[in-house]
Amino acid sequence: MAVALTPLAYLAVRTGEAGGDRILAELWTERVGLLALRSLGLAAVVTTACVLLGVGTAFLVIRTDLPGRRAFAVLAALPLAVPTYIAAFAWVSAMPRLEGFWPAALVLTLCSYPYVLLPVAAALRGADPAQEEVSRSLGRSGWQTFTAVTLRQIRPATAAGALLVALYVLSDFGAVSILRADTFTRAIFVAFDLGFDRTGALVLSSVLVVLTVLLLTGETATRRRGARYARLGGARRAVSRLSLGPARWPAMVALVGVAGLALGVPAVSLGRRLAAGVSRPGALPEVLAAAGNSLTVSLAGAALTMLLALPLGLLAARAPGPLTTVLDRLAYLAHALPGVVIGLSLIFFGINVAYPLYQTRWLLALAYATLFLPLAVGAVAGAAAQSPTGLEEVARSLGRGPWTVLRTVTLPLTLPGIGAGAALVFLTGMKELPATLLLRPTGTDTLATELWTSTAVGAYAAAAPYAALLVAISALPTWLLVARSGLLDKEDGGPS
Amino acid sequence: MSNVVLSGVVKRYGRVTALAGADLSVPSGQLTAVLGPSGCGKTTLLRCLAGFERLDAGEIRIDGTRVAGGGRHLPAHRRSIAVVPQEGALFPHLSVADNVGYGLDRATRRSDRVEEVLALVGLAGYGGRMPHQLSGGQQQRVAVARALAPRPSVVLLDEPFSALDAGLRAGLRHDVRQALRADGATGVLVTHDQGEALSVADQVVVLRDGRVIQAGSPTTVYREPADPWVAGFVGDAVLLPAVVEHGSARTALGVVPVAGAVTDGPVTVLVRPEQVRFATGPGAISATVLRHDFHGHDALVGLRLADGTRITARILDGDVAVSLGGEVTVHVDGAARVFPCAERPGGQVEPSTGPVHVGIS
Repeated sequence: MAVALTPLAYLAVRTGEAGGDRILAELWTERVGLLALRSLGLAAVVTTACVLLGVGTAFLVIRTDLPGRRAFAVLAALPLAVPTYIAAFAWVSAMPRLEGFWPAALVLTLCSYPYVLLPVAAALRGADPAQEEVSRSLGRSGWQTFTAVTLRQIRPATAAGALLVALYVLSDFGAVSILRADTFTRAIFVAFDLGFDRTGALVLSSVLVVLTVLLLTGETATRRRGARYARLGGARRAVSRLSLGPARWPAMVALVGVAGLALGVPAVSLGRRLAAGVSRPGALPEVLAAAGNSLTVSLAGAALTMLLALPLGLLAARAPGPLTTVLDRLAYLAHALPGVVIGLSLIFFGINVAYPLYQTRWLLALAYATLFLPLAVGAVAGAAAQSPTGLEEVARSLGRGPWTVLRTVTLPLTLPGIGAGAALVFLTGMKELPATLLLRPTGTDTLATELWTSTAVGAYAAAAPYAALLVAISALPTWLLVARSGLLDKEDGGPS
Repeated sequence: MSNVVLSGVVKRYGRVTALAGADLSVPSGQLTAVLGPSGCGKTTLLRCLAGFERLDAGEIRIDGTRVAGGGRHLPAHRRSIAVVPQEGALFPHLSVADNVGYGLDRATRRSDRVEEVLALVGLAGYGGRMPHQLSGGQQQRVAVARALAPRPSVVLLDEPFSALDAGLRAGLRHDVRQALRADGATGVLVTHDQGEALSVADQVVVLRDGRVIQAGSPTTVYREPADPWVAGFVGDAVLLPAVVEHGSARTALGVVPVAGAVTDGPVTVLVRPEQVRFATGPGAISATVLRHDFHGHDALVGLRLADGTRITARILDGDVAVSLGGEVTVHVDGAARVFPCAERPGGQVEPSTGPVHVGIS
């Protein structure tokens, strides 16, 4: 937990040191107001678009008789495999004049709507069809039932997805930087990287943290109110599918269009640049060296993260209580903290507190641990649920001691989930950009930083191999996510 | 085969007292049913026995050895008490044979004990299957076999049949009873279903508000319930106000002989619906038919006596032709159980409203 809090505590201390007047001077400027407006506006626009796109797509692929819906489900989830900075790079390299707020909103929406789609699809699949049937039998029309029952059934999933998107947009650095949309993250990086304006960067970071906290508490508040989603026992029944009729053609066109924008544009653009890029002399050894660096740093980060996540995840799963909720939220807060802020606070932390760590891969691993702890905690808690306490009690009642129970029941049931969590953290670490940029030891380049450096100087062809490799790597955790969401499950019953 | 004794067991969860001094003796080699309504503390009792919960007071002894209470808490895995949870809880990553062999040491696992207990529960040859390939009833059978395999002192069954449908339940509970008996196992079955408790148990223990109200054989608990509440909980009951004179009770159903020695005075008498017979002749009371609930093997007939008292009679179908609103004559067969008039508030029968018909179905 200390890991998740170190950057936050440090941020507070250093900002405080600057003194009230200085903070106010930095804060009450037209620029900060504009940045705040633009960041929040971007988050609002992208989140709204993602909710519409995500819920709509989820409904089409799960609850209608759309032809080829399983293929569409996979297509719709695939944009997760494209890191935002690569999508942005692909768009810019296709249309070099593209920049500003709306292009950034477009790219971010196309990259992050699967965050809404996946949980909503899982919720739609798991929802009790009897509730809708009751609503229909009580005289409500199909549309009334959809708004009054279905949307409410998936409300927790939608809210969770929307929160993820909003946090993601607030903390996104790559896409807004490449598309030159001036938001907090970009401003912080520019202040630090160009001007070495420490106080300015810190104050801006603090404002961003406050925005994030507001978002998180707002979400918690709405969740508390009347949150009751009863699901009485009984076997799960397959959901019934809505017959689209002639409406299925426009629906298909819409899905194909979204997939074309989200996947087609990056694919074509990357492919074109790749053809030019690999032929460059000396490209392959550079790419391999960067890949090696990415690998070692991410491995160290994943190991550290899982070490910290194991106790936390088990605690969250086994002893739900106020303490667990607080721990859970704090970890989310750290997750919502932009990589730029984490990187920045760890730089100061490294220079002033833990100098031996500064300029080593371990500091970067620490940053990954902070950033990805929530991912790992979620995976561990989910895995722990695979081994309910009832099973362990039965094992004990059969005369097996605690260690034997751990070895023969708990571990065999939880290890696959924990392993998947570790893989997810590892692969996400490979994609991470801003913290890596700030914290990598001088001279150590990873796939992500090489891509960034090349893009910054307009060397699009040189950047392409890194981008392609990163997309390939990102595809793996995406596949895991998709497989777990139940999108690919065999149909458990035909249309009824 | 062991003898389990609980004395004065108290268990609290925060401000809720789940067990308020429960006393219970489980005789060796028998099946004891712990019967009670939801929330009476029966699952807590079972968890205390198994060693999943620590007692707040009281003690538990197995064959005279104290396993819980007085500062001692023998952990669950040293108690030799195997549980069969409500949902079976088979280990999903182990085959049926490995599930059953889980509590066995290596040597016994290789012997034919696994196959033996599987045969006991009627699943011989299923050892190679995985739990998800079994139906719900089969999973419960495996859970029972798994609990029996290490020959524990006691097998605890926590409402193991409640998740199954009625037809399956009757067959399974009979088979499980046979398996326990064939293996000479001591069993404790927790249930809220009085039919289940009465039909399979050697001893029925009625639990209410964390206390044992009555313990005895199924016939004793049914015929001689400790109080009117137990009478109504274990079966359909007609409770009537009455006055005892010279060993007989004067009731709205005529003069009824009472069981045991009772001093004269006002009382409440218990008549089971099957004691109310359609008959003619001296002493027969006329009644109006209000209701006729046909159950196939028998029927419950709701009657109103001349003074407005409502009672229920159980008749074997075909005995008598009854028509709603028709007049019949009845009398009480056998002796009635008598309770002191104000035995407990709420259970008391007020003369103005007539007798209470308490039934749990």
